[in-house]
Amino acid sequence: MHISHDIWVWIAAALTLCIYSFLYKDNPFYKFAEHLLVGVSAGYLLVIDYYNNLLPNLITPVSKGMGVLLTTGQFTGSLAALVPGILGLIILTRMLPKVGWMSRWALGFYFGAYQGLIITGAMQANILAQVWGTFVKGGNPVFSVALFGDFFAHPGFGHIILAISGPLMIIGVICTLTYFFFSTEHKGIPGGVAKVGIVFLMIGFGASFGYTVMARVSLLIGRINFLLTDWLGLIR
Amino acid sequence: MNIYEKFLRLDRRYIFIFVAVGVVIPLIFPMGLAVSTSPPVENVYKEIQSLPPGTPIVLSVDYDPSTEPELSPMTVAILRQCFSRKLPVILMTLHPGGPGLALDISHKIAQEMGAKEGVDYVFLGYKAGLSAVILSFGQDLRISFPADYNNVPLDRYPMMKNIKSYNDIGLVVTISGSTFPEAWIAYAHERYGEKIAAGVTAVMAADYYPYLQTGQLIGMLGGLKGAAEYEKLSGRPDRGLKGMDAQTIIHLFIVLLIILGNIAYVFVLRAQRRGAPGPSGA
Repeated sequence: MHISHDIWVWIAAALTLCIYSFLYKDNPFYKFAEHLLVGVSAGYLLVIDYYNNLLPNLITPVSKGMGVLLTTGQFTGSLAALVPGILGLIILTRMLPKVGWMSRWALGFYFGAYQGLIITGAMQANILAQVWGTFVKGGNPVFSVALFGDFFAHPGFGHIILAISGPLMIIGVICTLTYFFFSTEHKGIPGGVAKVGIVFLMIGFGASFGYTVMARVSLLIGRINFLLTDWLGLIR
Repeated sequence: MNIYEKFLRLDRRYIFIFVAVGVVIPLIFPMGLAVSTSPPVENVYKEIQSLPPGTPIVLSVDYDPSTEPELSPMTVAILRQCFSRKLPVILMTLHPGGPGLALDISHKIAQEMGAKEGVDYVFLGYKAGLSAVILSFGQDLRISFPADYNNVPLDRYPMMKNIKSYNDIGLVVTISGSTFPEAWIAYAHERYGEKIAAGVTAVMAADYYPYLQTGQLIGMLGGLKGAAEYEKLSGRPDRGLKGMDAQTIIHLFIVLLIILGNIAYVFVLRAQRRGAPGPSGA
């Protein structure tokens, strides 16, 4: 056992144990660690954003432009950074009830610009490519009679999975989308199709839940590994 | 109260103790349980292996300390492979919480593998803007990153001489705990045809399988298991493989609890329907 002599490792270990003390019951140690986390995170992100965004993109170009303007009387392109800077300040007026209406201008500009930027990429990546991928994979249709022929010629688990996975995916997509189609009542044929869609949805949620459990266990393993390796030195 | 009702009312703190023991014991006494590799992870490994030495790779460390236990092992494994294959790495981050992690990993692995900053890798740092930054790489990455994290102009580095845009980059690997890979796919892949590989948390992995299906992602590492698979493929066991024994034990324990819980629930429900006194409020 080689216990760490690093004060920061001890602080990290103590805070980890403070957070885990919540598993027994809520207590002041947990509350302290939680509030410390929130405060440190906010402070850290503020400093990162100042040095990586505000300083190089706003303060430095504007101060250089102002310097040139005041000494030579010439406007330089760097003063254009004032426009987004002023728009950013206008958004903060949201916190002042009397002039909060001004923030809608800046927000409207931001939303419009962002939508214009993302709409083509999102449409292509998340809709068109996905629709295409539902029916075609690697240039071949996912539903192929030839794959069923392969299964009957050479019966095997791998061949049947290859054969049915394509049709199953098409059926799943159509049935699931039908479940979310509310312009018609879910009765009769649409109702039956929607019920099949529910089954696919539940399977998907189950897979997602299983992945989530795995993720949480992984995070626990990471912290326990830190305590046993870096702090207590029980593992090399 | 019969045994089934007692089980349904089991204090969760007993479960916490079992989970803690189930994690600690395999970490201290490794069992070496077998880890199998999956095609999405193999595809990432094979893609990097197939790149000719000297082909630049962008490694975007788009996560913060909250997802570090899952994502840092895969970042380390990929970085080690790139350095061993002599592939120049352009490290960057689009997440404000990422610079510290990326800096720490790059220094540690560079020292271990004998890689030199400016020759084998550069760290560009953090830039806000996400989609704007990704789009700018299509023209010239110096639009968003004129200098690196140390404020040294990129043109001063030997490895950056012939790197301007996606045309000069062999692969983009984004390691993220949120939706950053979607932005890389939407702009770098769809607009400029760049190959994208993703390392994501297990929570997000299920959401990215549709992109694997369509070929928009050439491969994907999901969670600590993905990191373990990559370490196995590259022959360098580390935190990923070390955690798999504990992961397996806990998963088996959770499956057992779910099965026992459902059996207990069925018996309790039957007893209630027969009119036997059931648990109050149940």
